[in-house]
Amino acid sequence: MSLYIDKIKETAERLLKDGSVDMVIGFRKGSVPMMNEPCFIQKPQEVHQLVWDSNCGINLANYLTDRKEKIAVVAKGCDSRNIVNHIVENKIKREKLVIIGVPCTGMIDKRKIAGMFDKPIDAVTEDGDIILVTSAGKETRLNKTDVLQENCALCIHRNPVIYDELVGDLIEEQTGIDRYAEVRRVEAMSPQEKWQYFEDLLSPCIRCYACRNACPLCYCPTCFVDESRPQWVGKSQDPIDTRTFHFLRAYHCAGRCTDCGACERACPVGIKVRQFTSKLNRDCLEMFGWEAGLTLDQRPPLDTYKPNDPNDFIK
Amino acid sequence: MKVISIDKTEWANGIEKTKSIYRLFGPVKENTWHSFMPLGPGEQPDMAYGNSRLSPKFLVHPQTEPMFEYNLDEKQADHHVLKEIPKDVSPKAIIGIRPCDASAFLLVKRNFDTPTYKDPYWLTAYNSLTLIGYACNQPCSTCFCTTAGCGPFHEEGLDAILVDAGDRYLLKALTEKGEAYIQSAGWATSAPSDADQSIEKLKSTAEKAIASHVSTDKLRNQSTTQLYDAPFWEEIAFSCINCGTCTYSCPTCWCFDIQDENHGKCGVRMRNWDSCMYPLFSLHGTGHNPRGAKAHRVRQRFMHKLKYYVDKYDNGIQCVGCGRCIRLCPVNIDIRKVCNQMNSYDPAACVCPV
Repeated sequence: MSLYIDKIKETAERLLKDGSVDMVIGFRKGSVPMMNEPCFIQKPQEVHQLVWDSNCGINLANYLTDRKEKIAVVAKGCDSRNIVNHIVENKIKREKLVIIGVPCTGMIDKRKIAGMFDKPIDAVTEDGDIILVTSAGKETRLNKTDVLQENCALCIHRNPVIYDELVGDLIEEQTGIDRYAEVRRVEAMSPQEKWQYFEDLLSPCIRCYACRNACPLCYCPTCFVDESRPQWVGKSQDPIDTRTFHFLRAYHCAGRCTDCGACERACPVGIKVRQFTSKLNRDCLEMFGWEAGLTLDQRPPLDTYKPNDPNDFIK
Repeated sequence: MKVISIDKTEWANGIEKTKSIYRLFGPVKENTWHSFMPLGPGEQPDMAYGNSRLSPKFLVHPQTEPMFEYNLDEKQADHHVLKEIPKDVSPKAIIGIRPCDASAFLLVKRNFDTPTYKDPYWLTAYNSLTLIGYACNQPCSTCFCTTAGCGPFHEEGLDAILVDAGDRYLLKALTEKGEAYIQSAGWATSAPSDADQSIEKLKSTAEKAIASHVSTDKLRNQSTTQLYDAPFWEEIAFSCINCGTCTYSCPTCWCFDIQDENHGKCGVRMRNWDSCMYPLFSLHGTGHNPRGAKAHRVRQRFMHKLKYYVDKYDNGIQCVGCGRCIRLCPVNIDIRKVCNQMNSYDPAACVCPV
């Protein structure tokens, strides 16, 4: 990791000094354990702020939307896939970007770790694959693989798919991963069980929209839940409105979601938002052989028509 | 006032007794966090908690509050007439509310109970509450209450304060409402004469355990316009995703939006929490938005809490230092950092890029 950090700083400094970019978007150290903060650096003398570790789960593609400057962005596998999405969807121009690719070994799940300790966590550091957690003055060693965010544990695109600079050697991708076990589990439920399951899943929602706003895909100038003429969705705590928001948002992400986990990570009440998008990702894979954000050369499946479309209703 | 001693084995029984008079709410564990929930028969508050994930403000200011109902059916005599929805005024008690959250009610009251305006919904709900506070022996690392006009043993805003003294609780009534609650629980054992000293000792230990602080001394004298135009807002706002987590988890954020919702010919006029982080919050009917950019909205939140409120009420900042927004912010925006930055801002020393 520290090699990555040195290389990120060195690259950022060089790009700013030689005028290739106006700003570098990356992470700076957070003020609480297991959190880093997205930041932008405009001066070469400020690149020392940049960090990289297993707490950089926020998807930085979210910070590129419609920006006009020349930007260097630090991008792990999922960020790079969302950058591809952004380029395909005309939200950023490829020539405006310098992508500093980071081969990623996964991000840790702050809630899972916090849940393993009775007392508050004072500090978390890492040493390779070991996560060192200090709580109540006692240090505990955890294996990083045991405390990864779920989407990271299931990730098969850890290397950036598009980059101009690389801060470390490409790593071996995970193979033999059963990525859709959860989807199958929910699919196997009866309609009544599913209804109950989704109701329970969404019951803590406070409609703060952190999931939507953390998602690089959600860049609509006015979201359908914010439209007031006509008002499509009510604004109260009515569960019908809450469900409408979550279900419809998930459908807007179909064929576009990279499973970066930003939604789940951002949710203040711990809703497993990926339960919806994972199902749509699996359907896109099965029906269209499609995974979002892997190529600049192909339109996404819901953006195009082909005579051999596997859906009957469209023929 | 007199301090009562409660053996921990007598605690649950006393709580149970009060349920015949009060509807109780208390911290309940759900997965890995705590929420304030109604305590039904046999249900006890989990006193081994730090603080609840979301603040208990919803017990006075619900996220959705129906105010009026109406019908649009012209065959009905009372069509198009707003009718007030009756409110529950029966006595309720929150057991184990932390001093910061109780203090937040007083702070919000300055806005909802003024000589000119009295918010009937907020006041009805607030007046029906008895707040049995729970002193914090072990504050969190993100707590900064001692420099936000509050503290782990802060009594203002509480009707009684409960202190965990190991094998027993020490309970001190602070108001008549507090006395009445204690009586209904049947706790009557006077604490030994050194109870006050024990409390003082725990209080001083807890206060010392609060490691984070904010400086607020210069905020009032800062020029509003200079602070508004300070160069740091872009940088502070950069990472913000404009979600409502900070405002919705905050015990002192009070903004709401009024909506009519029709179902067929019937309808309800309700108010829902709103957030200054949302573009819609300040969108004018003309389509103009005075806070059209993210940085404007982030600035508004901090200027309101740390400058406009300070100037308007001259009673400290609009924050009690509970640290929820710091713990829950998806991108780690830290109000302590922003507050210190605003407090120490020196426009004369600022070299603006030309």
